[in-house]
Amino acid sequence: MHNSDGSNTAVTVRAYHVPQSVSTATALLAQGEAAVIAGGTDLVPQQRTGSGTWQPVLVSIRRIKALRGVREQAGQLWLGPLTTVSELLCDPLIARYAPVLARAADCFASSQIRNAATLGGNICNASPAGDLLVPLMLLDAEVELSCSRDGVISMRCLPIEEFLVGPGSTQRQPAELLTGIRLPLVDAARIFVFEKFGTRPALDIATVSVGLLAVAAGERLQQVRVALGAVAPVVLRARAAEAVLEGRRLDNEAITAAVAAALEEINPIDDVRASGWYRSELVCNLLTRVLRNAVVS
Amino acid sequence: MPLFHEIGFVLNGSPIRLSVPVTMTVLEMLRGPLNLTGTKYGCGEGECGACTVLVDGLSLNACILLAVECDGREITSIEGLAADPAAAGLRRAFVEAGAVQCGFCTPGMVVQGKYLLDTRTGTDRAAIARGLEGNLCRCTGYRKVVDAIERAMGSTEGAGGD
Repeated sequence: MHNSDGSNTAVTVRAYHVPQSVSTATALLAQGEAAVIAGGTDLVPQQRTGSGTWQPVLVSIRRIKALRGVREQAGQLWLGPLTTVSELLCDPLIARYAPVLARAADCFASSQIRNAATLGGNICNASPAGDLLVPLMLLDAEVELSCSRDGVISMRCLPIEEFLVGPGSTQRQPAELLTGIRLPLVDAARIFVFEKFGTRPALDIATVSVGLLAVAAGERLQQVRVALGAVAPVVLRARAAEAVLEGRRLDNEAITAAVAAALEEINPIDDVRASGWYRSELVCNLLTRVLRNAVVS
Repeated sequence: MPLFHEIGFVLNGSPIRLSVPVTMTVLEMLRGPLNLTGTKYGCGEGECGACTVLVDGLSLNACILLAVECDGREITSIEGLAADPAAAGLRRAFVEAGAVQCGFCTPGMVVQGKYLLDTRTGTDRAAIARGLEGNLCRCTGYRKVVDAIERAMGSTEGAGGD
């Protein structure tokens, strides 16, 4: 599993860099064979358990100040990828514009992990059960990817839905660094829910997670967004369920139809945490409860 | 031969310079070359909190934190709290509440307790229990640990609580 000296026998790290700027970091990544380390809460245990190996070059990005902070910028909310989960929990701008993200942060692992784990790390680790990915999908987040070519930094921006490809797999190229997360600035009152099911409240990877974001208009929901975690290779938007719910009176019939639509959209697997059948049952029950409570509130 | 990297940090109030393998964790560094064995190896995956240390005032799992990532930072381990007058009330509260069974999780519990005292995220029992969710006690002696931290919070406020 792991050696007493902390080394991994499979790959020897031959260089460790702590760049202070995005340009230096991307120049290092452009040389290839590099892994980015931020909080390390996924990367380090993955080496320990053998589910991952080191890269020959380790690039620590924690000293890059440009990757920190949360601010309003060009009509959007900009979040630095080094923002820790603890920081998400207490940030006033996130409380105002993206409270569902703070809600998910509150369900994230434990105090010690929240103090280390970063938003960018949770995105790039691309777990199908990633807690922060559900709210990011609800919020139509975009990710900024920067790379260095001949000393010039170029940036592209992708919707999170496009960025996430599969378990542990993203559109990020090896030479690219995630340098920002953008959310639309929406100040309007919205209903938001994040529900995570696990065997215990803390330190559990979601068996299933459900997110809802909508504007309430009487007994109807508008601009409905539903996102589901741990039921497909990536966290997904349940667009068929959203279409059923949009503008319709939220009665039992609508809720049943929406849940039926969601069950058609998911593709849950059997694993150590639950069988696919059980996950479908959970989606059915959690989504029903979330929608019923949405009417009550 | 692993790659070594020299780091400098403050450990329990004293500056240290040390060359460590780049993939060595803080836990391995503390228990190995620094011979500070108060911090415990429980799960090695950040799940149990037995290795909790404070880094720049934040509680972190030392078992999944690379030592090289602590360059320029300030680490406090249980040995630091043992000598810290500001932690005297917390130490006494653990003793008075009898918040120890086999003792293996205790260093992590005390360090996390110090973090909760310092950050004051909440002083009621529910908030304390929530703050301890990353610390497992396999003897299941949680109640007395919560008692101890509640007592310490009361004493540092100069009041007995509600």
